[in-house]
Amino acid sequence: MAAIADTGADSAVVWDRKRARHRNRIRRLPLLPALLFTILVTQIPFVLTIWYSLQSYNLFEPFARHFTGLHNYALIFKDSIFRGALVNTVILTLVPVVLSLLLGLGIAILLDRKVFGRGLLRTLIISPFLVMPAAAALVWKFTLLDTQFGILNWVLSPFGAGHTDWINGHAKWTIITVLTWQWTPFMVLILLAGLQSQPGDVLEAARVDGAGAWQVFRTMTLPHLRQYMELGIVLGSIYIVQAFDAIFMITSGGPGQQTTNIPYYLYETAFRGFDIGRASAMGVVVVVITIIIATFALRTVSGLFSEQGMEGRL
Amino acid sequence: MSASTTLTRPPDAASVRRTPTRRRNARRGMNSVLLGLLTWVIVLLFFFPVLWMAVTGFKPESAAATNPPKFVFHPTLTNYQSALSKAGPYLTHSIIIVVVSTLIVLALALPAAYALSIAPVRKWRDALFFFISTKMLPVAGAIIPLYIIARNLHLIDTLPVLIILYAGLNLPIAVWMLRSFLLEVPVAILEAAHVDGATFFRQLRSVILPLIAPGMAATALICFIFAWNEFFLAVNLTTTNAATVPVYLVSFQTGEGQFWAHLCAGATLACLPVLIAGWAAQDKLVRGLTMGAVK
Repeated sequence: MAAIADTGADSAVVWDRKRARHRNRIRRLPLLPALLFTILVTQIPFVLTIWYSLQSYNLFEPFARHFTGLHNYALIFKDSIFRGALVNTVILTLVPVVLSLLLGLGIAILLDRKVFGRGLLRTLIISPFLVMPAAAALVWKFTLLDTQFGILNWVLSPFGAGHTDWINGHAKWTIITVLTWQWTPFMVLILLAGLQSQPGDVLEAARVDGAGAWQVFRTMTLPHLRQYMELGIVLGSIYIVQAFDAIFMITSGGPGQQTTNIPYYLYETAFRGFDIGRASAMGVVVVVITIIIATFALRTVSGLFSEQGMEGRL
Repeated sequence: MSASTTLTRPPDAASVRRTPTRRRNARRGMNSVLLGLLTWVIVLLFFFPVLWMAVTGFKPESAAATNPPKFVFHPTLTNYQSALSKAGPYLTHSIIIVVVSTLIVLALALPAAYALSIAPVRKWRDALFFFISTKMLPVAGAIIPLYIIARNLHLIDTLPVLIILYAGLNLPIAVWMLRSFLLEVPVAILEAAHVDGATFFRQLRSVILPLIAPGMAATALICFIFAWNEFFLAVNLTTTNAATVPVYLVSFQTGEGQFWAHLCAGATLACLPVLIAGWAAQDKLVRGLTMGAVK
């Protein structure tokens, strides 16, 4: 009797396990196409970049292609232009991220209040982010910043700064300004969502208890906004590190190499110099920088996501 | 707010405080107007380049590059007309590439999002973070092999190369975004459908799809925005036969940049589809940009 019951239970367990495995296999099916596609399109090229970076490989001399180990890395780090590009990449990422975050915070707070025409204001403020970066770069380069006919110099002429050559004289600030202009709306959107997710009754209670506006902001709003600010910084950095459009269109990396960041230098090395090996080594360096940022990113994002329930679905 | 404060206070306290409250309210009203004004000034400053671009496109060329700038002029449509005819092929390429790649993205992302939310695979967390991590790797790190592979397969300057790559770029965003919409489908509804014996495809078609249609639309718009504006891959992988709108704008970088009215008309045309899409998807924009992390 007991033995029979035992084997019965056993086979039930085995059957259950089999069914679970089968179920999991079926569940995996819908995921596979997307997973394979993503691996094919995004991961394999990265592996190849590493592979190319270990070779001496110029498209003009395809037969001279050979394996050189880490020689390309030695070359690029000896190259003062590359080291300059590394510094420029940090400056042209960090400054726009910080500026757009601060401006975005201010504007988000202003838009969170009851203000006349709030819907329209929100529509207008997101526009710089939607505009095609290549188009925006041209508009800035010519109609706004041109030395002779640019509107900025016309506005500044009463103050005696009407003949400034912004693009050649202040190249870094030109790029920083355009990037900040473009990314501030992004920060506004994230921070505004953060402000509006604050529990209104708690703020109200704090005010009734006699807390001043600044006190409420510092002790309640700011801590609440923290993870939204982190998300903005992280996502903003990941995108701005890759800034290419504005640099290509406005300064072409110049004057000299003042605005050459790594993506732009990589472009020049690969598509003007056809030096695949060296350009690939630069690509690997960009990836390493981004991985450093992304490590923080994943931590932040996973923090935000832990709030989103998967209850009852496991 | 002040009304409720007064109401909750004991009557005697309220009568004592009435006058200062009113004065404070007046000051607060004043502040509020000033802050409102400040908001408008800042927002209009940010919007100005976009407005100026569109306006300059309506100027006759002689009124475009002047000092002082002309604010009053006879508007003309000629720049827009000539830009439209010149940009025609580029617009066609962009539309085909963006639409096809977005359709591929949706077709791949919806089942994947389903397998990461409603009927999750065992390691759904790992899969999710794999998707997001691909989004964090810069295109610059992949462009060289992509170029060489495309060259060897004779895909340089063809539509499929950008279609495939844009699908690859947007797929992770779409998976995350659609997943966040699927998580909002009430479990009870799904269970009811399950109990009723609906098959997977029936469940998908008659229960899930109608519920997340707005989410699908928002996801499509986000993919559209990113693909339409993409520059780096387009510039490096296409020249004429598959060149997209951003590539068209490169011609203005030097030579044709002298004709500001024409340039601005072209730039406005290039931006218009995404501006409209973005304004339409406003309330879902933040969710797309943060891959569903912020609603």
